[in-house]
Amino acid sequence: MEIIKPLLQCLAALLLSPLLAGVINRVKAFFSGRRGQPLLQLYLELYKLSRKTPVYSRTTTWVFKAGPVIGLSALLAALAVLPFAGRPSFLTFEGDFIFLLYLLGLARFVTVLAALDTGSAFEGMGASREMQFAVFAEPAFFLGLAALARVTGQGSLAGMFGALTGESWRTAAPVLALLTASFFIVLLAENSRVPADDPNTHLELTMIHEAMALDHSGPELAYILYGAALKLWLFASLIACMVLPRHSGSWVLDSALFGLALLGMAAAVGVVESIMARLRLTKVPYLLITAFAFSSLALIFQLGR
Amino acid sequence: MLLVLLSIVILISSASLALCLGRNASRAQDAGAYGAAAASAAGLIPALQVLLTGTAETISFPWPVPLGSFTFTLDPLSAFFLVPLYILTGLSAVYGVDYLKNYAGRKPLGLAWAAFNILTAAMVLVFTAGNAVLFMLGWELMAAASFLLVLFEHEKPQVRRAAFIYLTAGGAGALMLLAAFSLLGAGSAALDFSSFPSPSRGIASAVFLLALCGFGLKAGFIPLHVWLPEAHPAAPSQVSAVMSGIMIKTGIYGLIRVLGFIKPWEEWWGWTLLIIGAVSCLLGALFALAQHELKRVLAYSSIENIGIILLALGLGMAGAACGADALAGLAFGGALLHVLNHALFKGLLFMGAGSVLHGAGTAELEALGGLAKRMPRTAPLFLAGSAAACALPPLNGFAGEFLVYLGAFRSLNSAGSTAIAGVVSGLALASAGALAAAAFTRAGGAAFLGEPRTERAAKAREAGPLMLFSMRALVLLCLLCGLAAPLLLAPLGRAVASGFGLSFSAAAAGAASVPLLYVSAGGLLLLALIALAAARRSAFLGVKMPAAGPTWDCGYAAPSARMQYGASSFSQPLTDFFQPILRKLGQYPVISEYFPGRASFSSEAQAVFFNAVYLPAAVRIRNLAFRFSWLQHGRLQLYIMYIVVTLLGLLLWKL
Repeated sequence: MEIIKPLLQCLAALLLSPLLAGVINRVKAFFSGRRGQPLLQLYLELYKLSRKTPVYSRTTTWVFKAGPVIGLSALLAALAVLPFAGRPSFLTFEGDFIFLLYLLGLARFVTVLAALDTGSAFEGMGASREMQFAVFAEPAFFLGLAALARVTGQGSLAGMFGALTGESWRTAAPVLALLTASFFIVLLAENSRVPADDPNTHLELTMIHEAMALDHSGPELAYILYGAALKLWLFASLIACMVLPRHSGSWVLDSALFGLALLGMAAAVGVVESIMARLRLTKVPYLLITAFAFSSLALIFQLGR
Repeated sequence: MLLVLLSIVILISSASLALCLGRNASRAQDAGAYGAAAASAAGLIPALQVLLTGTAETISFPWPVPLGSFTFTLDPLSAFFLVPLYILTGLSAVYGVDYLKNYAGRKPLGLAWAAFNILTAAMVLVFTAGNAVLFMLGWELMAAASFLLVLFEHEKPQVRRAAFIYLTAGGAGALMLLAAFSLLGAGSAALDFSSFPSPSRGIASAVFLLALCGFGLKAGFIPLHVWLPEAHPAAPSQVSAVMSGIMIKTGIYGLIRVLGFIKPWEEWWGWTLLIIGAVSCLLGALFALAQHELKRVLAYSSIENIGIILLALGLGMAGAACGADALAGLAFGGALLHVLNHALFKGLLFMGAGSVLHGAGTAELEALGGLAKRMPRTAPLFLAGSAAACALPPLNGFAGEFLVYLGAFRSLNSAGSTAIAGVVSGLALASAGALAAAAFTRAGGAAFLGEPRTERAAKAREAGPLMLFSMRALVLLCLLCGLAAPLLLAPLGRAVASGFGLSFSAAAAGAASVPLLYVSAGGLLLLALIALAAARRSAFLGVKMPAAGPTWDCGYAAPSARMQYGASSFSQPLTDFFQPILRKLGQYPVISEYFPGRASFSSEAQAVFFNAVYLPAAVRIRNLAFRFSWLQHGRLQLYIMYIVVTLLGLLLWKL
């Protein structure tokens, strides 16, 4: 039974991650008084795209096709590290979050190369900005994980989140609150949501992630969209594990609560997207530096305790 | 041990042979390359043997030089540096045969090969010398041979300038090392490494600082790096590969050796290394992002990686100072593993850059583009090397950095200052990693992807078969060292034990083995998933024929190669943000009319430290030196008289 749990957890992530995008869209539709897309729209799109015949630019090479394949694989491998409701997945070891961080780095690396392979000015623009924001987001994320490791005294993601209890929120509330805020900002930036990026605009000079996928079509685009859904799931999971530290002991109950928390995260992203305007592009680094400041403050509080 | 000496003999004799055959380019090439390859094969055997068994060997011959002796020691630490040395020089020699063909008839290839093989022999000498005089002999020979190689294209003024800066840096470093060894061996009959007396605390600190500066000038960490981005790109590419891959590591090796002589370590030594390392890795990556030439990007990336190694050493020493042996062992192990890994991927990358230079005739990023189509075999190799340099799993760059991260996180749960050391080093690693990823996607993208920006790039041709062979071998080794990192732990532990102390390796072995196994498993899982995703994609495509079209430029139907994002536009958001540090020079067009006319844009990466610190200092020194110009007349008789007077003075003093 114990071996089946991580399998079911990964399966849940694989099947349910596109749902988060649907929830975000419904929340946004609610705020703007529309009916909005069906909740399962992304599933339909993935199905449609997987059956389409792709168009390849004559400029592109194998790099363009390898980008989505390797990028999606890196995110799938990251799922094997990601804890689910504070419980370990397949690969849980000391320093596993470093591995996770570098898998995300690999996904970004190949996505950017695939974008540059098209020789398009727009994709180059998106790639350049993606790398720029990563330079600010990565230290913030890393420092946050360091603070979390210090709070819990654990060396692995599942260990850290497993060791978080309601008690930790009572004793280290400011630290955990700062970390949650920092991770939420990183989530918004890394998943190209408002206020860092706008997933609705394909054709504006402020676009980042969408711009890098302009030339991709068919199964490759499906891979990219699915990868993006997994990435959102991944970041939302980390935050959900943090804000929901109570472990009832029952796997089913914990998992159900965790799933609800994930939907809540998606709703929160939708709310932010509805009530906020996108920041000017030059201001996005400051947002990420704010996240960095939150993480550092959390770490300083924790080191001083 | 004897085989190591044999490799030196082979290298020196093939060097003389190449020099004699200098007139016949192809024969000289053969003599040099076969010699280097044979020496590598011979030398690898004992080096691997020592790493696998862990027994140190020493051979000593008498040598009628005051304080000197022909003492060679091959312990696991030496062997751990010898393995990448032999691998890299052997493969570089093979690469060089094809690479230098372009120069046949125009350049004295015999001399180049002789210098290359003597450089290799000198490095073997440095890694195995058991006596300070012998060590300095190797050290100076290495500097001289590499100076000749940097001067290979001496008709270019910037190459002569680079070589001159290199020579000056080497000379200054050697002086400091002489002082350090004299302090260490003061009062003893011979300067054998095994017989250095234990120094007093004040002397130990002085030796530490002298060694840090002396070896630092070879390792090239900031702020002693100014010669590196000039000299490394100037040399022929297979020599750049050796210089960046392994020659700068002689500085690291020397520092580790000297640290062994001046135990117990002071706490501030560790902090000094940590801070210099952190600054080097951050600024190295940042400067790499601003360069316009592929080999200069790689040279700055070498500074970044030397910074990572130094940072790990510093973290280890800080940990050792407060008794955290496992943390120290992890950091030391990470430092050594990164020495090996960096040698492999940086060698590969410099060879890739050399292939670009060879195939397209230029390595200026703004003049390249689209080489993945014209050099389809080189492109994946270079991009794989870039991924390894960004420490992306499953390649080898990740394993070494992972050990350092593990050490850093271990320190988090210990007290005060060690925890801060851990946070600083982890943060520096993570930020430098992100900057390096930007630098390498920029370089790889601008050179290999998109459309060619110039005629030369459009007509680029593929690298020769021997060049490809060497690069493929290195890619294979990069992948292997990434996936089989747990197997490297045992030899690594022996090297740590012999270089730093047994307690560290013993404590770290348990801490590192399980996580590294998981990392390997994760790497294999990643490869399996890639295979699965690729197979799934072909299944989705089925029998459908993908259509071909132009790149979709948002409705604009006639995009040209000049509209692509270039290297400087790619990095502009970041370089603008860090302008206070980078101090790029440039001209931006100002648009004032509704229909702007022609505009021009220029941007130049400045050698910040050189222009702000070293150049003014050099001018001062020169002005000071002019005051003594009355001593210099250019007359030989006068100089002979100086010598005679000095000798007489010494004689009188001794009487």
